[in-house]
Amino acid sequence: MGKTLYRKVWEAHTVGSLPDGRTQLFIATHYVHEVTSPQAFAMLRESGLPVLHPERTFATVDHIIPTDDQREPFADERAQKMIDALRSNCHETGIRFFDLPSGQQGIVHMIGPELGISQPGMTIVCGDSHTATHGAVGAVAMGIGSTQVRDVLATQTIALSPLKVRQVRVEGQLRPEVTAKDVALHIIGKLGAQGGLGYAYEFAGSVVEQMDMDGRLTLCNLAIEGAARCGYVNPDETTFAYLKGRPYAPQGAEWDAAVARWKGFASDADAVYDDVVRIDASVIEPTVTWGISPDMSVGISATLPELSEAKDDEQRRAWQAAYEYMRFAPGESMRGKKVDVVFIGSCTNGRIQDFRTVAPLLKNRRVANDVRALAVPGSQMTAAMCEKEGIADIFRAAGFEWRLPGCSMCLAMNPDKLNGEQLCASTSNRNFKGRQGSPTGRTLLMSPLMAAAAAVTGCVSDPRETFPDIQL
Amino acid sequence: MSAMLHPINKITGKAVPVSGANMDTDRIIPARFLKCVTFDELSGKMFYDERFNADGTSKGHPIDAPQHAGALLLIGGENFGCGSSREHAPQAIKRSGIRAVVAESFAEIFFGNSSGIGLPCVRASAADLASINARLKTHPETEWTLDLQTMQLTDGSASFSVRMPAEPREAFLTGRWDAVTELMNAVEKTEELARTLPLPAYTPPNHAR
Repeated sequence: MGKTLYRKVWEAHTVGSLPDGRTQLFIATHYVHEVTSPQAFAMLRESGLPVLHPERTFATVDHIIPTDDQREPFADERAQKMIDALRSNCHETGIRFFDLPSGQQGIVHMIGPELGISQPGMTIVCGDSHTATHGAVGAVAMGIGSTQVRDVLATQTIALSPLKVRQVRVEGQLRPEVTAKDVALHIIGKLGAQGGLGYAYEFAGSVVEQMDMDGRLTLCNLAIEGAARCGYVNPDETTFAYLKGRPYAPQGAEWDAAVARWKGFASDADAVYDDVVRIDASVIEPTVTWGISPDMSVGISATLPELSEAKDDEQRRAWQAAYEYMRFAPGESMRGKKVDVVFIGSCTNGRIQDFRTVAPLLKNRRVANDVRALAVPGSQMTAAMCEKEGIADIFRAAGFEWRLPGCSMCLAMNPDKLNGEQLCASTSNRNFKGRQGSPTGRTLLMSPLMAAAAAVTGCVSDPRETFPDIQL
Repeated sequence: MSAMLHPINKITGKAVPVSGANMDTDRIIPARFLKCVTFDELSGKMFYDERFNADGTSKGHPIDAPQHAGALLLIGGENFGCGSSREHAPQAIKRSGIRAVVAESFAEIFFGNSSGIGLPCVRASAADLASINARLKTHPETEWTLDLQTMQLTDGSASFSVRMPAEPREAFLTGRWDAVTELMNAVEKTEELARTLPLPAYTPPNHAR
């Protein structure tokens, strides 16, 4: 009987069983950032514990840094205190820190794959829920809390029980204007924001096999929005081609041995899954959220659901609360909703391929009047590529604010925030109440393509209509 | 590091409802409260924007109702604690005086974080939660007892079954909910495994040296 990648990686990294029955799991790679690590370092100091394997932890700064002017001291004293704490914690413990002047700083889930640190067959954790992203390279990657960050720093292990595995098979012909983001929002809409509780998601099927790495990273990034703590894609030639030559990837003779080993971690053809779900790719449209949970979404040509269509009272109440908060009504179309802000960036859609897709469409077009449009590359390496390829200049010429790498307007921990009840076309990952910094701000999750269309037209638009020249 | 923490068997106190599915950790503790390097300032900040308007006036949330004052149990809905992995969420709940959370289901990371800091999270059925909430409405000041031995939640007149996976339950009952001591006990075994794994050495690339 075959095994899934999840099971193989779990077994390879199992140290043993704890008295309460949980598994002690070895962590191959650990990332830390400034928000969830200082408490863990403080706990270590209090108990006089050293960092067991400083070489297996990598640090970056992303959540709190401003994206307009990164000269220090920052205007926000608390933000300065957080970056200072990370610097001294890394310095004291010998942890590698991709600091601002390194040229390799960026959102933690951007730089791990970009630098080739995240590799197939690994266990990867970080005090951040979007750690699921790294599963795209064929790893078991998941978010943890600060107490577990302490556990990893002190012991390179955590106490955990295994998840079940659901294979999500996406099959069929994807339309050219439909991106990995639309596929992910569609899956979350189908299975529900709580649908993945207790599961790791293995994304598979012809659509995933044909998807490039940046698309797979977007897909796995959003696994957690469907409640799956881990999302992953089996490693294949696309994975290996992506990793080859990256700074931390195996080099020379080690490379071939590594690839052979990585192939062995892929799920066996006869692997047994706890559940299998099939998704028909051909029906997926450019998809946009309309509510306050990522499972509240519609295809661009659909209308918003009637309350009578809810599956139960709980969902009806949730939809009602969402309509009240968003100031939308059942039966309306999302098309034509006037947006105030457009944000292209985040660990979901701040990758080079996202900017490469959108840039040609913005050539000779302008951001609509009264729309504030932000483009925020997710890492310094991506930013440099965008400059080199002329992408940054296209965005600037179109009227976008081309900003410095960071989490930016995804989560309201830096100056990039919504004001009042502003409506934001956002390529980020969460449309929760108040997520983008205003307790009454409103977020519409969508692909970079659709966000670019919203920037140009000033309202939620079907990218097929805004960009009739679309050729993806 | 304490070798063994106190066991958690039974919690008796008032309960407060925080209803609704998919109660995300941004709503439990808004991101602006995360701009700190400790958890010390989170006390009293749980569900802040659910409870207060921008001008600081109360929205009349049950947490701030006098009849629920001093509640030790928090009653939630489906997929409680979804979203961000911020441990600040259970820390804010615990530091605001709550000793256990009862909900229809919990997001994995929130559940793990809560367990690690000694905040038991138990599941109840949707039907039982409806009854519990109805009782809370008519008798908000009633004392409830959550018993992790019997896995029952009772207000004296009615009793409801609650669930929790065996491992964290065992950890609470034996005072082993903070796993670090056990993890450290196996450091030699850990190093042995590490030597057998084909792990990348992570030597710095030339330009990073």
